[in-house]
Order: sequence, then C-alpha cells, then structure tokens
Amino acid sequence: MKSRDLMELAGRNLREALLRNSLTTLGIAVGVASLVAFLSLGIGLQTMAMTRLQNSGLFNRVYVTPRPIGGSLTGGGRGGRGRNQRSDDAQTPGLPPQLQPPMKPLTSTVRKQLAQMPNVISVFPELRFTADLRYGGTGHVTSASSVPFDTRGTGQFGSVTGTFFSSPGASEAILHNDLAQQLADQGNFKPNDLIGQEVTIRYPQRKPVAAPANQSPQDIVANGEFGPGFTIQSAEIKVKIVGLVGGESAGPGGFGGSRIMLPLDYVEKLNAVQGFDVREVVDNPGETIYPALTMLIDNPNHVQAVEDAVKQLGFGAFSLFDAAKNLQLLFKVFDSFLFVFGGLALAVASLGIVNTLVMAILERRHEIGVMKALGAADRDVRQLFFAEAGVMGLLGGVLGVLFGWSLGKLINFGLNKWLENQNVSPEKIWLVPIWLVAAAIGFSVLVSLVAGLYPASQAAKLDPVKALRYE
Amino acid sequence: MTDNETNQPALRTADVTRHYSMGEATIRAVDGVTIEIARGEFVALLGTSGSGKSTLLNLLAGLDRPTAGSIFAHGRNLAEMSGDELAKYRSLTVGMVFQSFNLLPRMTLEENVELPLRLAEVDRADRAARVQEALKRVGLSARLAHRPAELSGGEQQRASLARALVNRPTILFADEPTGNLDSRTGEEIMNFIQQFNKELGMTVIMVTHEAQLAKRYASRHFYLKDGKLSSNGGAQ
Repeated sequence: MKSRDLMELAGRNLREALLRNSLTTLGIAVGVASLVAFLSLGIGLQTMAMTRLQNSGLFNRVYVTPRPIGGSLTGGGRGGRGRNQRSDDAQTPGLPPQLQPPMKPLTSTVRKQLAQMPNVISVFPELRFTADLRYGGTGHVTSASSVPFDTRGTGQFGSVTGTFFSSPGASEAILHNDLAQQLADQGNFKPNDLIGQEVTIRYPQRKPVAAPANQSPQDIVANGEFGPGFTIQSAEIKVKIVGLVGGESAGPGGFGGSRIMLPLDYVEKLNAVQGFDVREVVDNPGETIYPALTMLIDNPNHVQAVEDAVKQLGFGAFSLFDAAKNLQLLFKVFDSFLFVFGGLALAVASLGIVNTLVMAILERRHEIGVMKALGAADRDVRQLFFAEAGVMGLLGGVLGVLFGWSLGKLINFGLNKWLENQNVSPEKIWLVPIWLVAAAIGFSVLVSLVAGLYPASQAAKLDPVKALRYE
Repeated sequence: MTDNETNQPALRTADVTRHYSMGEATIRAVDGVTIEIARGEFVALLGTSGSGKSTLLNLLAGLDRPTAGSIFAHGRNLAEMSGDELAKYRSLTVGMVFQSFNLLPRMTLEENVELPLRLAEVDRADRAARVQEALKRVGLSARLAHRPAELSGGEQQRASLARALVNRPTILFADEPTGNLDSRTGEEIMNFIQQFNKELGMTVIMVTHEAQLAKRYASRHFYLKDGKLSSNGGAQ
C-alpha cells in the first residue's frame, strides 16, 4: 500500500476509537513532557554553570610557563635564567646535569610568536603592582593589575557599570565594587558617582641604571656579565575612573584580588616594579623575560588546540579546559539520570500503546480478515498498525513537548519571582533547545513504533479464514 | 499474463487436501479433490453444511494453503506462492463475495469499493472513475456517501459485488451470495453475477447449498461430501 493511503487509513482508524486513542496519546504526551521537563532542567543548569564559568574568563585562556607543567623532559626549561643556563630546581631527578633538558625562557620574542598562532586574540603578561589610590584626601593601599584591551568583548566585563576602557593605552581605570564602596562610604556619596572622576595613583617605579657608555645590553650579555640593574622610586599618575565591576565576574580567572584595573598597554609604559624584576638583574637576557604569559583565545573550543601547539613549542601550557570537560562529564551523568527518570513515564505510556493496539486487533479482527481477502499482504497490515502507533507517538511527542515547555516556563517564572523576592538576579534554569524538541518527538515516535512491534506482528499473522469467521 | 498462462484453465486442482488438527483428531475438510474449471465457466460447489465446499473455495481463492496437493490458477501453483504473491493474486486475479457481505461498517460505500484499489496501489487519479464504474454496474452510483448500515441487504450485496469487480479480476468467488437475502433480492444478485460471467467473461465459482440456484445459473456442479468430491462437475 502507498504511504499516503496507509496514513489515511491509519488516521481513519485512530479517529474511529477517538476517546481511547486520545487517552493513549495523552499518556505518551505526559511521558514526553516529563522527559522534556527533566532534560531541560539538566540542560538549563549546565548552560547556566558553563556560561558563568566562561564569563569568568577562565575557559578562553591558556597559561604559558617556561617549561612543561610537571617537569617533563619534552618541554623547555624554566624561565628567568640566561639562555644557556639551567636552574637547579628545574633539574629532572635521576639525570646527570649534562643530560638535563635545555630551558627556553618566555622572552618578548616568544610572546610575539605566540600571538601569531591561529585563534589567539592576544598574549599578555599579568602585570601587578602595589598602588596607593588617593581620592578625597585619603589614600587606599591596594593592588592594581593590567587588563588586556581584548577582554572587552568577553563576558568578564559583561556586568561593568559605566564603560570599558576607551582605548588600549588610555589613562583610565576600572575599580572593583568593594573599593568603590569603601571610597563612597568615606566620602558619603554613591559608588556610581565615582564614574568620570579623576584619581591619583602612587606606585613604585623601576628606573634603569645606565649601562657603561661603551657597552650596549647585547654586549653585556655576550660577555656574560651582570647587567647594570635598576633603582626604585615613587611615581604618580592620574587616571579617570570609567567603570565599576564586581560580583561573580571578578573571580580568580579574571583580575584576582586586584581592586584597580588599568589597560595593559598603559601599565606596560608605567615601568611599575614587578616581582620578577629582581631575577632579570641577575639573568641579564638582553630582552624582557616573563615568568608566565596568558593567551586569550577567541573561543573555548579552540583552547585545547592552542594548548597542544604551545606544548609542541616546548613550553608548559595549562588551561582550565580539562576542568570544564570534567564538569561537562558530571552534567552528562546527571542528564543520564534525568533521562532515565523522565523516560520511565514514557516507558509506562508505551505500554498504553501496546494495550490500545492489542485491543484494536481484537476489535478489528474481522476487518483485517476482509482486508486480507481483498488483497492486503501481511506487510500492509503490519505497516497499518505501525502507522497508527507512529501517529500516536508523533502527536504525543508534539503535545508532550508543548506540555514540557509550558511547565518549564511556569517553573522558571515561579523561581524568578522567588529569586526577585530574595534580591537575587533572575536565572534561566530551564532551557528547551531546538535539538531537544526534535529529539523528544523523534524518541516518542521511536518508542511508539517499538511498542507497536508486537501488536503489528500479531495483526499481520492473523489467518484470514479465521479472521473472516470472527464477528 | 503470459501466453502459457492464457492457454491454461482458470483453475485446476490436483489431489488437493486440507486437514485441520483438533486436539488429537484430524479433520479432513478437503480430501484429495481434483477439479478443472475452464476460463469463463460458471460452476457451483454444492454440499451440505460441513462438507468442505467453503474450505475448497478458500483454497482456490488463495485465502488458505493446502495441506497437500496442488492448485493452479492460470497455470501458476498457489501452493508455491509466497505470502506477498498470494496477496497479489487475491488483489488482482480474484474477486470475492461473501454471504455476510463483509463491507467495512465504518467506511462509506465509495470507500469500501475503493479499498481494493488502495491495496492494489492503483493510481489515485484513476480510482474515482473506477469506483463509479463498478457502482454504476450494480446500480448504486447514487449511494456513494452512504454507510453499509444505511443500506438494505440487497444493496449491501450489490456494493460487495462492485467491490469484487473494481480491480477487474478474472475469477469471481461467491460464497453463499444469496444466503442472507430474500428470494427476490437473491435472484437480483444472481442475475448480476450471471451478467459478469457472460458480459465480462469472468470465471465464477459459487458455493451454495441450494441445488435449484446452482441448477439455474451454473453450467457445472461439483458436489462435496465429507471433503471428497462425490460428483465430478458434470454439466447440467
């Protein structure tokens, strides 16, 4: 029989026992709704958690160190020393000094090389220094850190009040909400009033000591001599506060414990004293050496490839991608449990389909006999019952998705009302993606077809002579 | 149909047997029957209740398979056909009329008559005309939208005849076609069947227990008793 005829006959048969078939379809709908409701909860929670983590800036970064983490032989050395020197603490246990792997420092040349890798937005060191912020006649000693201009497009500064820096080298600052609150409390104004205000920052500045007149830094390196070193003096800058940021986005992957954020290009020109400066004096490399670099990647999905490429270059690379993968695995296990519990209702509903179709065989035994006498093959009868099961599954699936989606909306609404009362920002813990809609309907049809296997096969096997005698 | 099949009789059985097991007993419903029916013949299978005539009809119509022996329809052995081939035989070669009409009560007359066309996968565009043609032949073209319950017994049997005709089969099996009808309506139905036999050249095999009816319409009669042929189709 042609598909259209099959569907027409199936539709007619389903309409004939409307109440019973509607109840069966409703049973499937409830099963699918429960499945959709459970899974959309799991997906919603997973999406919420992953979005928050991604916004924290943890997952689109690769942290590069001068040697592979764990001290593997395949990597380079530890930074901070001269190009051909080794650090005792970087030696691999059990190997004589002459067999220790050479070390590869993270120089400014390496920084440029890393920045040219595919999918890398920028490579930057984390510059951090002690700062004394002066406003309204009082000082606040705190920590300032550099923020690469490229983080503008990430979720890390998604919740900034005010604006992000206007340019990479702008003399502007973003304050952490905590510091802004302290200043506001002392000056008796609102934290937001700070936006647009100019503040003074005092900080320790590095001032190089001039090299002997007849020697360039390269000559000094070539001769294996110590560099001339530097002195530290107090310096002062004036910056404009353009924004305030805080809450979850100020997590450890972002700007850590710093309370003042300044543009990276601006900070690099300040010559603020860094912890690793002391090593540079004794290492004397002839160019800037970084203890670590951070690579900003365009998409968390590219992190693994970049991490692998950095390791290939002989540097240590680390990202929180593995942690994200573990989290995803945890959610997958959680979703599996939800699927099993949600699927139980659908399994029960599928028994309803078996029951309905078995009843239909009893009722339509004579009709099946007539159809066979008129030329219906076993296959036609089987397909007819399959089509009926499939139509019930399809309708039940569509209805179930609608029920599940409505239920999710309702719970989301109720939850957000409650969160609102608790002064917590609203959350979307219930998410029904398109793929879940398609998968739920498809699964419903599949389960219904499987449930229709036995009745369809029984109907197809009916002996036409016996069936014709049955009244 | 090939030339070889065209030269063959419409139906031929060779020692065909159909046994049923009932507990430890074996019922010999049809027991070694050999008959031959030429194309265009009108034959009657006669016998008392339980004589095996309906079982033989079911075997000839491809609704049942013989326990032993062979049944050839236009030279093709039904016993060797697959389930799908038998279904195709019932769909395209055979038309059936039953004592209890066997129209599907939930369908209209038009849908009932269209059903064999659906099963034979006839093009949708041709169906309406063929349904009309079949119903017109039995004088029911004005009752397309009626359900069987809204028709008299005679009309239902005429609709059943239209359904049997619609796929233009070459063999018509009629199992007690007048059994549920009064004599005047029965005669009307028998006239239609005779008309199909004469005008359309259909081979007709009719099961009946009414000897007078058989005598009036069939050219040969086969009498069955306890599953065996007691009279081998002598011409009347």
